[in-house]
Amino acid sequence: MTAAVLNGVPNGIASSSSSSSKLASYLSDETRFASIDKILDRKGPWTDERFEGGQGTKDFLRTQSKILVIGAGGLGCEILQNLALTGFNDIHVIDMDTIDISNLNRQFLFREVDVGKSKALVAAEFVMNRVPGVKVTPYHGKIQDHPISFYEQFNIVVAGLDSISARRWINATLVQMAQEDEEQLKPLIDGGTEGFKGQARVILPTVTSCYECSIDMLTPPTAFPICTIANTPRLPEHCIEWASVLEWPKVHKDKKLDTDDPDHIEWLYQQASARAAQFKIEGVTWALTQGVVKNIIPAIASTNAIIAASCCNEALKIATACAPYLNNYMMYVGNDSVYTYTFEHEKRPECPVCGGESLTAEAGRYWTLERFIESLTNRQDLQISKPSLSYSKGALFWPSPPDVFEATKPNLDKLLSDLLDEEEGIVVTDPALPVSVNLSIKYVDAEEPAQ
Amino acid sequence: MIKLWSVKKDEEAANKKKPRMTAAQLRVQKDLTELELPSTMTTHFPDPADVLNFTLTITPDEGIYKGGVFKFTFVISGGYPHEPPKVRCTQKVYHPNLDLEGNVCLNILREDWKPVLNLSSVMIGIQYLFLEPNPDDPLNKEAAEDLRRNREGFIRNVQNSMKGGTVKGETFDRVLK
Ligand SMILES: [Zn+2]
Repeated sequence: MTAAVLNGVPNGIASSSSSSSKLASYLSDETRFASIDKILDRKGPWTDERFEGGQGTKDFLRTQSKILVIGAGGLGCEILQNLALTGFNDIHVIDMDTIDISNLNRQFLFREVDVGKSKALVAAEFVMNRVPGVKVTPYHGKIQDHPISFYEQFNIVVAGLDSISARRWINATLVQMAQEDEEQLKPLIDGGTEGFKGQARVILPTVTSCYECSIDMLTPPTAFPICTIANTPRLPEHCIEWASVLEWPKVHKDKKLDTDDPDHIEWLYQQASARAAQFKIEGVTWALTQGVVKNIIPAIASTNAIIAASCCNEALKIATACAPYLNNYMMYVGNDSVYTYTFEHEKRPECPVCGGESLTAEAGRYWTLERFIESLTNRQDLQISKPSLSYSKGALFWPSPPDVFEATKPNLDKLLSDLLDEEEGIVVTDPALPVSVNLSIKYVDAEEPAQ
Repeated sequence: MIKLWSVKKDEEAANKKKPRMTAAQLRVQKDLTELELPSTMTTHFPDPADVLNFTLTITPDEGIYKGGVFKFTFVISGGYPHEPPKVRCTQKVYHPNLDLEGNVCLNILREDWKPVLNLSSVMIGIQYLFLEPNPDDPLNKEAAEDLRRNREGFIRNVQNSMKGGTVKGETFDRVLK
């Protein structure tokens, strides 16, 4: 425990000399990890055979491992707290949100004075103050704004997100990293809650089923029939959807509804209230308006605590090999009692992210794209006849729809090696394929172009 | 830490650089690859590099709306196929299931959307509205009433509206070929 760790100590604690000596003795006191050490010093009955235990394992956990937490909200606060107290020492946290007053009942790393500030920054500061020695590096922003190289530095990623699109993005990114280089296989521990229900899962990209594999299991966002909204509203939600789906575009034309803008929510609330009065419907409130248009399901603090604990338990087990990790999906239902069910969610062969075969296609350096496609349709192992090919710049050649065909047709006569960078892959879809095939090209000759 | 890559069972081919495609884009590529439209429907991509935004043109060859050319915009979000595509009619059409703003009343575009459905199901669903307008799910209440009460009169009104005429004080867009 040296300089690197002390770097993480906020000035508030380390400034005065008496508190700094107190801090030094606290940091050098190894017994503060006594409870965790009990499971890191010796094997248990189910411990993985690769478990070494002892100082090496502790050093990895406390000085070498680097863990990324995505989301510093309801789940994120719990996750950060748990990881810090478990002994993870180099924690990074990313969140694009700022603190709202309505967060304070459960997002316990925040106080009233923090309202309006970055969740990631305030959470990092709080944890470093509360658990001396821990270094938490915050990033205020979107996960999509960081390049792949950013994610390569971590050993484990824990996600406590409420957004499906952010989850799909990090899942696809980590799967792609593992597909390209298996040493870049980063376990993704994904926690999610919805009211009294939640799940924790361990995703080993390319090895286990991924988030996208189970996307069909999700309940689609609640939507009411549009004719009910338009003609026969019975619920306050119908009035709010009438205001947001039908009235907003009618009145504001091309101005997009921004559900994060309080003025927009206020306008919807006024419209919905008027409509509710007209149809004698009760229960339209500002909070319900915001909840319906942002599709918010009330967050329950205890559900967050349970799911976060499970996620951090998995992080510790994966980081130290002290016990077998979850394989691979734990769902928790707390509506009527405390119920959990753990099962192995299977990889879906037609998953657009981790499914689909990866094949190498041989090609001549001076082949045209047309000749290359011909070679694909002749392959016995593919059995495709009308393939659509995409590459990093979008569509490479699609036989349909007509506009995309016209736009990509000129590529057919171009040389493959002019179109594609060395090592660049191609995604192929075809009516005969369950999903897609990822092709990488191997140039096998150096023949001169035919005259 | 466990060397997780050692848990991988089989060696796969080396250097698999995949184009950076979102799951939504890949799914749209797959949907469009499989799309087999009848001659009554065509798609148009204003920017062929952006397959998430396009228009669908329907020219019904039978039924009350025969002779009309109807245009719809499709906007597909990054949430697809968890979320349905957003579809609007760009013209003002006298139809029980379309309102004057272009909103479409089709169950699979909202409450009955499922990720297993695809762009083809949505397109077929919209075309069906022109073959069998449904007065029980009205978005244009007057048109629905009209259809229910007096089918002959409704057909006349539809024909008049498609020529750019006025029905019950409302002027509609000319949509004839
Ligand atoms: Zn998958």
